[in-house]
Amino acid sequence: MSETPLLKVSGVSKFYGSRIGCQDVSFDLWPGEVLAIVGESGSGKTTLLNCLSTRLMPSAGSVEYRMRDGNFRDLYHMSEAERRFLMRTDWGFVHQNPADGLRMTVSAGANVGERLMAVGDRHYGKIRETATDWLGRVEISADRIDDQPRAFSGGMRQRLQIARNLVTGPRLVFMDEPTGGLDVSVQARLLDLVRGLVNDLGLSAIVVTHDLAVARLLSHRMMVMKDGHVIEQGLTDRVLDDPREPYTQLLVSSILQV
Amino acid sequence: MYVAVKGGEAAITNAHALLADRRRGDRSLPALTIEQIAEQLGLAVDRVMAEASLYDRSLAALAVRQSRGDLIEAIFLLRAYRTTLPRFGSSVPVDTAAMKVERRVSATYKDLPGGQLLGPTFDYTHRLLDPSLLTDEAIADPARKEASGDEIMRVSDILAHEGLIEPDGDLPDDHAAGDLTREPLEFPMGRDLRLQALARGDEGFLLALGYSTQRGYGRNHPFVGEIRIGEVEVEMDMPELGFPVSLGRIQLTECQMINQFKGSSIAPPQFTRGYGLVFGQSERKAMSMSLVDRALRAEELGEDITAPAQDEEFVISHSDNVQATGFVEHLKLPHYVDFQAELAMVRKMRADIEATRHADTEMKDAAE
Amino acid sequence: MSADLATYNFAYLDEQTKRMIRRAILKAIAIPGYQVPFASREMPMPYGWGTGGVQVTAAIIGPDDVLKVIDQGADDTTNAVSIRAFFQKVASVAVTTHTKDATIIQTRHRIPEQKLTEGQVLVYQVPIPEPLRFLEPRETETRKMHALEEYGLMHVKLYEDIAHNGRISKTYAYPVKVDGRYVMDPSPTPKFDNPKMHMSDALQLFGAGREKRIYAVPPHTEVVSLDFEDHPFEIQTFEQDCALCGAHGVYLDEVVLDDQGGRMFVCSDTDHCEDRRDHGHVGEMLAPNKEAAE
Repeated sequence: MSETPLLKVSGVSKFYGSRIGCQDVSFDLWPGEVLAIVGESGSGKTTLLNCLSTRLMPSAGSVEYRMRDGNFRDLYHMSEAERRFLMRTDWGFVHQNPADGLRMTVSAGANVGERLMAVGDRHYGKIRETATDWLGRVEISADRIDDQPRAFSGGMRQRLQIARNLVTGPRLVFMDEPTGGLDVSVQARLLDLVRGLVNDLGLSAIVVTHDLAVARLLSHRMMVMKDGHVIEQGLTDRVLDDPREPYTQLLVSSILQV
Repeated sequence: MYVAVKGGEAAITNAHALLADRRRGDRSLPALTIEQIAEQLGLAVDRVMAEASLYDRSLAALAVRQSRGDLIEAIFLLRAYRTTLPRFGSSVPVDTAAMKVERRVSATYKDLPGGQLLGPTFDYTHRLLDPSLLTDEAIADPARKEASGDEIMRVSDILAHEGLIEPDGDLPDDHAAGDLTREPLEFPMGRDLRLQALARGDEGFLLALGYSTQRGYGRNHPFVGEIRIGEVEVEMDMPELGFPVSLGRIQLTECQMINQFKGSSIAPPQFTRGYGLVFGQSERKAMSMSLVDRALRAEELGEDITAPAQDEEFVISHSDNVQATGFVEHLKLPHYVDFQAELAMVRKMRADIEATRHADTEMKDAAE
Repeated sequence: MSADLATYNFAYLDEQTKRMIRRAILKAIAIPGYQVPFASREMPMPYGWGTGGVQVTAAIIGPDDVLKVIDQGADDTTNAVSIRAFFQKVASVAVTTHTKDATIIQTRHRIPEQKLTEGQVLVYQVPIPEPLRFLEPRETETRKMHALEEYGLMHVKLYEDIAHNGRISKTYAYPVKVDGRYVMDPSPTPKFDNPKMHMSDALQLFGAGREKRIYAVPPHTEVVSLDFEDHPFEIQTFEQDCALCGAHGVYLDEVVLDDQGGRMFVCSDTDHCEDRRDHGHVGEMLAPNKEAAE
């Protein structure tokens, strides 16, 4: 891992009136690192993810991102144009429900190709070639390239969403419960795929999940959230094998019973 | 032999002459007068004034006559006239509490100060065709009561005393009401412009949308707090004089719909309001407008937007019947240049498919 | 009711309104291809029938102007006749059918065949000004996409066309990029006319009355039709020549002659066709030796 972090988060808080969304969250994310944010629903993990990815403006705090030129920029002080550009080039966002991240009425090929066209690719043949290649990498057969995601199964849609996000070679990917809506057998296959891609591409990722098995399989490091606060963080194996906080112990024991 | 299409000009002139003939109809019958239309088809005249946003009974009656009773056409005629008029300024807000009320009903109270006044309503008539109207039978004078002269309290004010209904809210001192006939329409809109758009919106469209909220598409639990119909004074501030001057009286229908609201992260539980105000007498329009107004406040009140009636861009972009009728009917204008382009494309694509099929067959033949 | 009910200002619109429209036009010229919102007025013809174009023309026309109005390329289609008559009535201006004599040409669905020259203004009637509308129905979102130059979606549409039809099948209202910045709808002209917009000597103004937008392409401005490197933009071609004047490489209308599939092709631009015939050009249908032609 390199000497400088990719993302520096300090003191991020989000309040809804007097209700706490998340409070005073700070951490660094390193290149190639996968961070899992775990907690029950309502713990503030999705609010935090949305703040980090600038889909939501926090009430306080700052997030600095190391741009490709090596300079850090405060995300909340960037213009909307810059942020949207970052989102469709250097970042990815994988939604729990693939329909939120895909265009359901255009073909799989166009779904993957859209980001390329958005950054100026103007060669149909090459765009299609790249799309075919990416469909292969997410295990979607090339003869489905002209089909719409409407005709795809849940697992295929999620894999298509991942391909659509990774085609521009982003350095940071946000994932919100990426296996949330899938059957257990489909989940395992998807997790394998994601782990392989993250390793191969050296991606950094922030994964929100309520499922400790997902955290175990994908992440290097994890943060446990409760009532908007980070109550414990550390290397994933350490947190899961030797949880220090009573709440984390409860979470871990409840999954082990399954 | 091809003859170039000429004579568009003559065709138009002849069509217009025929239109004038059909409008007049059988010459042995007396022609309708503007006064007859204004007096005896008053609700048609009201609708034309309301949706044209111009309060002038005789011009509206003229438009009804000129349009052969096609009310959207009449609205269009009056709008096209209105747009050429100079604009001197805005009146001060009309005070509907001071309305000379002819009809006033509330569904939320059995009895209330000022009472329930049925007024000239179709309600409770049995919809049986009345043969006496085939002839011009004498009509008895209606019963009248001396007006007390007191203001009739608005139902919303009764609830406001207890703080149970949202207040009107305060506008900044320098607030100038928008005018959608003079400024470009942009989304999202302020409620002032939205209400303007609804006030001139198509009665049928708003009726259907209001109805859809009752059937569950954006339900907002409405009660008719009050409907009142009557005349109000229109006044204008004269800077030279330093006080408002009366310009005259107009007839209005006002509907205050009271809606349940269980509160959200930004507002406490209290009744909220949908508002309808229409020129002339049109309860259907005022009630529909208030249902749709309330539905369109979903975002402001932190409610989920799930139904067409709650979608501002959808509702406001499609509520204007003059715009709608123009664009729908423009489809009858010639489009043959574009059609030609499509025709050529379809032929080409069919030819391509045919060629591929042919090539396939040949290959098969060769293989055999 | 006042007796002066029917007296109107020169060119119908009051001077305040004209000023407002002129401001919008100037802004549109300053930002080529950008859709300027304007407070479109109710006009005495229906929305969708050229109210935008009529307002633009009314705002720029003066007593010395010479006006030509075409619809589908022809001066004598009913709506063109009606709009021309409107301006004769409310502005008493000189009218013409000759492209070269006109100072202002209001058009629906075509650009004249004859090259326009400096000083001429071409006013387009526009039904739906937003090129992204059928990809994204929300005005708030499309305005943001223009502001941030997010035009990927436009190419997604073209990609889909090629993926499903083997070619870009859009034949009219074909999107263009103006001056390297804004993607613009050229109004429903056939794509055949798109190249005429590029580096034109004339000023091109676009008015959308119902949608309340004005936009412009100033003279000598780059107008590029969107495409892919390996599927370049191409215009329609016709195998036939005009049956009346023999013109080649112009846009033709198909005229059905009988119910046996008989048809002929004639110039869509009626003035161009007449002018050629006046100069002695003869097409197949009017050829003196009919047998030879057959």
